[in-house]
Amino acid sequence: MLKLIGSRLLQMVLIMAVVSLLIFAIFDSDKFKKQIAVAELGGFAVSALSDDDYQAWLDRKGLNVPFYDRYLKWIGGVVTGDFGRSFEKAEPVGRLLAGRLINTGTLAFWVFALMVPLSLSLGIIAGMKEGAFRDRAVSFVAVLTTSMPEIATAIILTVIFALGLQWVPANSAMVNGWDWRQLALPVLTLVLYDFGYVARMTRASMAEVMTSQYIRTAVLKGLPHRRVILRHALRNALIAPFTIIVLQLNWILSGVVVVEVFFQYAGFGKLLLDAALFGDVYVIQAATLVAVFVAVISQIISDIGYTFLNPRIRFS
Amino acid sequence: MATVDIASAPSSVPPVAAPPPVSLLKRLQRPRVFLSLMLLMWIPLTVYVMFGGYLDDPLKSYLLAPAVPATVLLYIVAVASWRESPIAIIGASLVFFWLVVAVTVPFLPLIDPNKPLAPFASIGVEKGGHLFLLGADLKGRDMLARVLWGCQRVLVWGVTATLAAYVVGSILGLVAGYLSGWWDQVISFVANILLSFPVMVLFILILNYLGASGFNIVIAVTFASAPAIMRIVRGLTLDTKTRDYIFAAQTRGEHPLRIMIVELLPNARGPIIVDACLRLGYTTVAITTLTFLGLGLQPPDPDWGLMIKEAAKVAMLWKFSYMLLIPALSVSSLILGFNLMADGLREMSLRD
Repeated sequence: MLKLIGSRLLQMVLIMAVVSLLIFAIFDSDKFKKQIAVAELGGFAVSALSDDDYQAWLDRKGLNVPFYDRYLKWIGGVVTGDFGRSFEKAEPVGRLLAGRLINTGTLAFWVFALMVPLSLSLGIIAGMKEGAFRDRAVSFVAVLTTSMPEIATAIILTVIFALGLQWVPANSAMVNGWDWRQLALPVLTLVLYDFGYVARMTRASMAEVMTSQYIRTAVLKGLPHRRVILRHALRNALIAPFTIIVLQLNWILSGVVVVEVFFQYAGFGKLLLDAALFGDVYVIQAATLVAVFVAVISQIISDIGYTFLNPRIRFS
Repeated sequence: MATVDIASAPSSVPPVAAPPPVSLLKRLQRPRVFLSLMLLMWIPLTVYVMFGGYLDDPLKSYLLAPAVPATVLLYIVAVASWRESPIAIIGASLVFFWLVVAVTVPFLPLIDPNKPLAPFASIGVEKGGHLFLLGADLKGRDMLARVLWGCQRVLVWGVTATLAAYVVGSILGLVAGYLSGWWDQVISFVANILLSFPVMVLFILILNYLGASGFNIVIAVTFASAPAIMRIVRGLTLDTKTRDYIFAAQTRGEHPLRIMIVELLPNARGPIIVDACLRLGYTTVAITTLTFLGLGLQPPDPDWGLMIKEAAKVAMLWKFSYMLLIPALSVSSLILGFNLMADGLREMSLRD
């Protein structure tokens, strides 16, 4: 077990090293250096710049050393907790990213807090009796909501609740400090997009368990229906959904980009997109590593959890 | 009674060895005919959307003409072969609605989707001698024309990108599964690296490096989807490569390439087709989302993601919400169609 975790973690470190080296190599091209210069000084100023001045500017930014030098320096910094400085926001990347991650973390927390109970209960209710009306109803709603991309869900929710009913603001930039009401629409969008998939997986798992022999035995023994479901069926039916829920972390990291951009919410996804459009290498670097880290860790947790919950799998 | 006797008389004569008449529908369902119908629909549409700018006028206006009957015939064949699954038929109807729109839109009596006429004209308003059935957008372009023209780009780029991902993913999966050894190690390691990215992060990195355009979306989608496809095909290959007919082919001395393409791939097609329907949905989402983020297809030609992007800046008012809702509902209906088709096909394959 420990060996498995160790090898997975080692693989993760290897992947992160390869990815970060690639990003440094990619953003080392002249085109991207120019892009940063244009973004910072303005297109006209850059075209008026003499070659020497441009070189001096690169010098000042520390961009004209070979990328592997910068990479080694950056690796050294990362080990001591220094992620470099953002070109765009003139702020240490570590502090910038931490603030944004807290925002996205809050968003993700509420998404999970709503999505998990909702999808599990709907999935179990649907899977208890396959083919019943409630099963068909849940499946229909699940297909419908998963078919709507986040951007469409965001639009429909905004039009109904922000523009039509005016219960919540349409914009979640939080310019006047933290406001819970502005969190409602981003959370709801992600929940609606995501719950359908988990509910369908829970339903499939529950339906499979309900057809198994031991459930039939329990029913034939004359146990009350409640007890059969709660004591016998749930423990096995929830193994598969657990792994899927943990893997949703990876999904959420993709989903937050468009939701945060649409609602102007200052989180990780918006930071990554802005940095990519600006060419802000150190921010892209740190954000990508965080994303890969979260994705791989969630995979490891889901694997461990699966072996832990499922007594049929044991590592020798 | 007498007439019956006369009528039944010829049956006592030895029957002529005439083959039973094959209905037209059955003939259309044959794989070769079906495939050529698909190509007849697809090639003109793709050429029209990707290279329409280089074509001269008489050619361009008749290019899509053969695709129209092909699309209608394909829809009839699809409905006939999926009779047993109402879900698949509903899905196919949604998808084919947009396909028919995509091939017929140059022949419809619509005004130019890029021509600014009456900014912010609402739904059903008549202005300047033109009735805006679905209103006009912020620049005064007809929403109906834009939403109908917009489906062309989404469909063509979405299917092209999915197809590219499948070609790359299947080849890698076949190689990794059939040749195993070092090939498998290397391909699986690269796939693991790509799979450990959240998809959107990968899209942003690739498109930011390559630049925003339709062809680069194809590359980005290939990078993001091919590893998952490769895993599916690899698993199926590992499963089938121990069958007797593969050993027979090996004994005959067939080239590994031929074994992979001719013997292994056709046997993996069932799960692949279901997965392809789902993946078409994902790709459509990805293209719309990327265009909204400014990393995808470029203006001025209409496109659903682009319509959302342009309207999101100015239309945050109840009165103008149709500018956002129309493209959002259109893209949702197309994706719903793909998802229902996948559900129906899976149901049918489980029943068999």
